[in-house]
Amino acid sequence: MSIDRDEIEISLKARCEAIRKVSIEVNMKNENLYNYILGIADNSLILGQRMGELCGHGPTLETDIACTNISLDLFGQVRSYFQYASKIAGDGRTEDDIAMLRKEREYINVLLVEQPNTDFAYTMARQFLFDVYHLAFLVELQKSADLTLSAIASKSIKEVSYHERFSSDWVKRLGDGTEESNTKMQEAIDALWTYTDELFHQTEADKAMVAEGIGVDVTKLKDSYYRHVSELLEEATLQVPESKYFQKGGKEGIHTEHLGYMLAELQYMQRTYPNMEW
Amino acid sequence: MTTTEQDIDKKLIPILEGVSDPEIPVLSIMDMGVVRSAVIKDNTVKVQITPTYSGCPAMDVIGDDIKAALKEAEYNSEIELILHPAWTTDWITPRGRKALEEYGIAAPLDAEADKDVLLNGKRIVKCTNCGSQNTRLVSQFGSTACKAQFQCEDCQEPFDYFKCLK
Repeated sequence: MSIDRDEIEISLKARCEAIRKVSIEVNMKNENLYNYILGIADNSLILGQRMGELCGHGPTLETDIACTNISLDLFGQVRSYFQYASKIAGDGRTEDDIAMLRKEREYINVLLVEQPNTDFAYTMARQFLFDVYHLAFLVELQKSADLTLSAIASKSIKEVSYHERFSSDWVKRLGDGTEESNTKMQEAIDALWTYTDELFHQTEADKAMVAEGIGVDVTKLKDSYYRHVSELLEEATLQVPESKYFQKGGKEGIHTEHLGYMLAELQYMQRTYPNMEW
Repeated sequence: MTTTEQDIDKKLIPILEGVSDPEIPVLSIMDMGVVRSAVIKDNTVKVQITPTYSGCPAMDVIGDDIKAALKEAEYNSEIELILHPAWTTDWITPRGRKALEEYGIAAPLDAEADKDVLLNGKRIVKCTNCGSQNTRLVSQFGSTACKAQFQCEDCQEPFDYFKCLK
């Protein structure tokens, strides 16, 4: 049997090509999954930081503790997501690096969660508008083909149900309270409404993960979200905003001016004392 | 509703029962139901623990305490944090519930009653000080994420209620 060197070379080349293709596919899949996890985690990280800002500044001791408890829940969830993201990245980046050492444009949270704690009505309106989405999202994420994500969702859902109950109660209490509390809550809802539509925008990573049966198709959550939110606002004797003008950009890393200031505080320790751990 | 059997080597039970929850020192981690498995393989113990709440700051300490307790018994150990199946208050043992009550934390009610208390303001949580059911929910979030704040309207004692988690 004679050996044809050319034939061997061709077959080797074909094999290398096939391996290269598979590895690109794996990388692409991992990159999408990585970005997908970040998209979920960044929302909780930034909202958790906002709620944490109320530590020692809540309107009463009980609400102060409640807000910081919510913050703690969110940070706990974030840790699970980032630990997983760190495993997927597989390049030595730790959960701390991912959480603390990205630049503003690399955070892909929605604009809603980075809005400041203007007053307690804003804080609760923001929480409520996010919680209703968050809960519906986690219910779907529980069905994910990715077992880690579905486990984190099952765990988080129990905590987020409490958040949603808490923020809904406050929207009702302030909306259906005094004239002043109603005015303030209405103002907060009107101001934050413009950031709600972005919750239902799909990124490239979203689309890829939905196709894999891993991600949640957020577009399908939109109708029931607005239905639920509207019902609750009516119960709270508040007007459902009619504006159809919505802001977007957070999911692509284009943020409102508030995020930069917040990151400066969030990242201060990590930047000043590199390699600190949580 | 215990969804999985705990796979814990009988020899390890007394050691693990000696480790307590750092935030509720009267409660052992076994009574808390956070140890899901502990098996010995070549003198190394593999322990799986699950958090009560995602952000529970006690988990790192619990892991370290388990390692220390096992080391004292001359075992090496590896601790793994698992999220699935998610912890539920049903995993707190009857002995654990009793310890909670004695410590001044009202033990979790069943899911339906818990809802009645937290959502509809029904007064059924028993005061851990005087036993009265004339108690009022002060806040859905207590000194830790797993608890809610209550006050007894009879003896005026403020106390924590361990929220039902299913």
